[in-house]
Amino acid sequence: MPNMQTDKTVMKEQAPEIRRTNWLEVACGYTSDEAVNEAQRCLHCRNMPCVNGCPVRVKIPDFIAHVAKGDFEGAYAVIRETNALPAVCGRVCPQESQCESKCVRGIKGESVAIGRLERFCADYCADKRPEPVRAEPKGKRVAVVGSGPSGLTCAADLAKRGYDVTVFEALHTAGGVLVYGIPEFRLPKSIVSDEVKELEKLGVKIMTDVVVGRTETVDELFENGYEAVFIGSGAGLPRFMGIPGEDGNGVYSANEFLTRINLMKAYRYDYATPIKHHRRVAVVGGGNVAMDAARCAARLGAEKVYIVYRRGENELPARREEVHHAKEEGIEFRLLTNPTKINTDENGNVCSVTCISMELGEPDASGRRRPVEIPGSEHDIDVDAVIIAVGTVPNPLIRMTTSGLDTNRHGCIVTAEDGVTTTKEGVYAGGDAVTGAATVILAMGAGREAAEKIDGYLSAK
Amino acid sequence: MFLVKENTVLNPNTVRMTVEAPMIARKAKPGQFVIIRGDEKGERIPLTISGYDAAGGTVTVIYQTVGASTLKLAEIPAGGYLCDIVGPLGRASELDGIKKAAVVGGGLGCAIAYPQAKYLHEHGASVDIIAGFRNKDIIILEDEMRAACENLVLLTDDGSNGHKGLVTDGLKALIDAGAKYDVVIVIGPPIMMKFVCRLTKEYGIKTVVSMNPIMIDGTGMCGGCRVSVGGEMKFACVDGPDFDGHLVDFDELMKRNRMYRDEEQHDCNLFREAKEREHNA
Repeated sequence: MPNMQTDKTVMKEQAPEIRRTNWLEVACGYTSDEAVNEAQRCLHCRNMPCVNGCPVRVKIPDFIAHVAKGDFEGAYAVIRETNALPAVCGRVCPQESQCESKCVRGIKGESVAIGRLERFCADYCADKRPEPVRAEPKGKRVAVVGSGPSGLTCAADLAKRGYDVTVFEALHTAGGVLVYGIPEFRLPKSIVSDEVKELEKLGVKIMTDVVVGRTETVDELFENGYEAVFIGSGAGLPRFMGIPGEDGNGVYSANEFLTRINLMKAYRYDYATPIKHHRRVAVVGGGNVAMDAARCAARLGAEKVYIVYRRGENELPARREEVHHAKEEGIEFRLLTNPTKINTDENGNVCSVTCISMELGEPDASGRRRPVEIPGSEHDIDVDAVIIAVGTVPNPLIRMTTSGLDTNRHGCIVTAEDGVTTTKEGVYAGGDAVTGAATVILAMGAGREAAEKIDGYLSAK
Repeated sequence: MFLVKENTVLNPNTVRMTVEAPMIARKAKPGQFVIIRGDEKGERIPLTISGYDAAGGTVTVIYQTVGASTLKLAEIPAGGYLCDIVGPLGRASELDGIKKAAVVGGGLGCAIAYPQAKYLHEHGASVDIIAGFRNKDIIILEDEMRAACENLVLLTDDGSNGHKGLVTDGLKALIDAGAKYDVVIVIGPPIMMKFVCRLTKEYGIKTVVSMNPIMIDGTGMCGGCRVSVGGEMKFACVDGPDFDGHLVDFDELMKRNRMYRDEEQHDCNLFREAKEREHNA
């Protein structure tokens, strides 16, 4: 008889007033007993709707059955069959709109906490992972461009099929947005490096400090003996707003701010990269990146941190959980508000931001109600830093240096209906490089799909 | 890890480093740069490539010891290792088709201007180099520059080498004496580039500058290096570092480059104090 408790088993978290002063993980994870209790809530539906909600199709009821019996290593083995990065996904996937949105238990109560269970299994097995079995080598080389979620997934799947895979990464650490974007308090960096080490055990080679498009072009990769190329270079080029004052000192793209903190560890005094400790910070935007930047600014010691967003509470694109965490940590939301000008003092430092109030009008092409300025509602917010988190687009380096690779007017790589086959023979792409900024798990799904297609292409060759 | 083949002090605060980096050496062109991270806790610093040897697989940079990171870099012995070097980054300079050029370098900028002059000279252009230094003790690359041009004008601010003056004086004299330049390439401190551009604008001579803003990744993902060119926002790491000098907002560049001055000073003092303690122990 399943556990019919209507709500999810609670997961402990650091108290807001404490976590605002440290960089440790906010969510503490389940204990073994809590995990078993939660696993027993699964009804083991025959048609497994949850699996359909997972872009990499983790065998969810199957692994949860192992957890319910206390066989955590067995559960982990089931997850690893389809997911190369379970410790990451369990933490950062928007489960409420993926697997957990389809859970039958969610109809009359809360869905099963699939993400928390996945995370538990990965953490439990962190120091007792079996040596992966290397596949019979096929003697064919594949290059993967970018070591973010799509590239790592694609590389893992190809290695499991026996391909000789090399991942090329422009930065000095592998992981893409997992290392430079998502902060330590949501995703500890040691977890990312452990997941990457697992890939290396599968035989995947990772070359950091190689910028494809500069150090080596895609065409040169083929000349050097790679028979297929997967492009998972993401959408890392920040957008600015085009308003006056964006050149001021104290104005950052969220990418710069987060890269200094997460990749370069500027918040630690034993690391050389500097960061300013601002007093009052405005973060412009309403997505997960904006929440991350705001919560980092708070941890750097800002007295006041604002989220400035042009639409309303219901339109915030960030996960509910992130918005909730941000509010608990004292982040103030200035909704239906849009910056029009950043003001600087005589030394060029930011001293305030001029905003205008908005109201929601008719729905636009995206289906969301369009924000409209309210005339005469300009007002200043006293800040010494403005972090711009209004989105990113794909970097032009690869499209500028690769012959025969079509991109659309947004700079995204054009693919066939399968979502991963590009206009250039032997070249496949996936993740944000194709879709524009989206989620970790969608990028992983595309990486998996591309590995499948590359295997088909090279087997037929 | 990348092997440091040479790390030689050229003058009290200028060092030449040659690093084994075959992939970069094969692709490097004049005007491009690398990003170096000395050690695991180090920052990423952009340094312009001042020489490359594709056959030997090495890249050379010349840098000034101006802060904690460069002071630390200077301590790596030949045979030691750098954590990271990545490149070549930025667009290569557009040098083809130039028949007569003035290459203007200021201080360390001469190390950056030298490969451009060398390339032009080797490709049949007529090149004048105007090189400026604060005093004669910090003159670098004199022989190399002399070999890469027809006419080297070497100036010092204090006249300690016998030729007192600023690079703008040297350039103006050549133009007034009738030199007809297709282009002036100027590399050095922002204030120097600004004044050279002001001069060449009066004469209507096309002028290319190499921008040196603060950078982190160097691949276009953060916008820390953004500069205003003709009123438009450009990222120096991918759109540059070369830009039309008559369109660049130098005052903004100088203002943004001062952003971390307090933090830099702090780290540099910590480094010097640690060195002194080590020395006294």
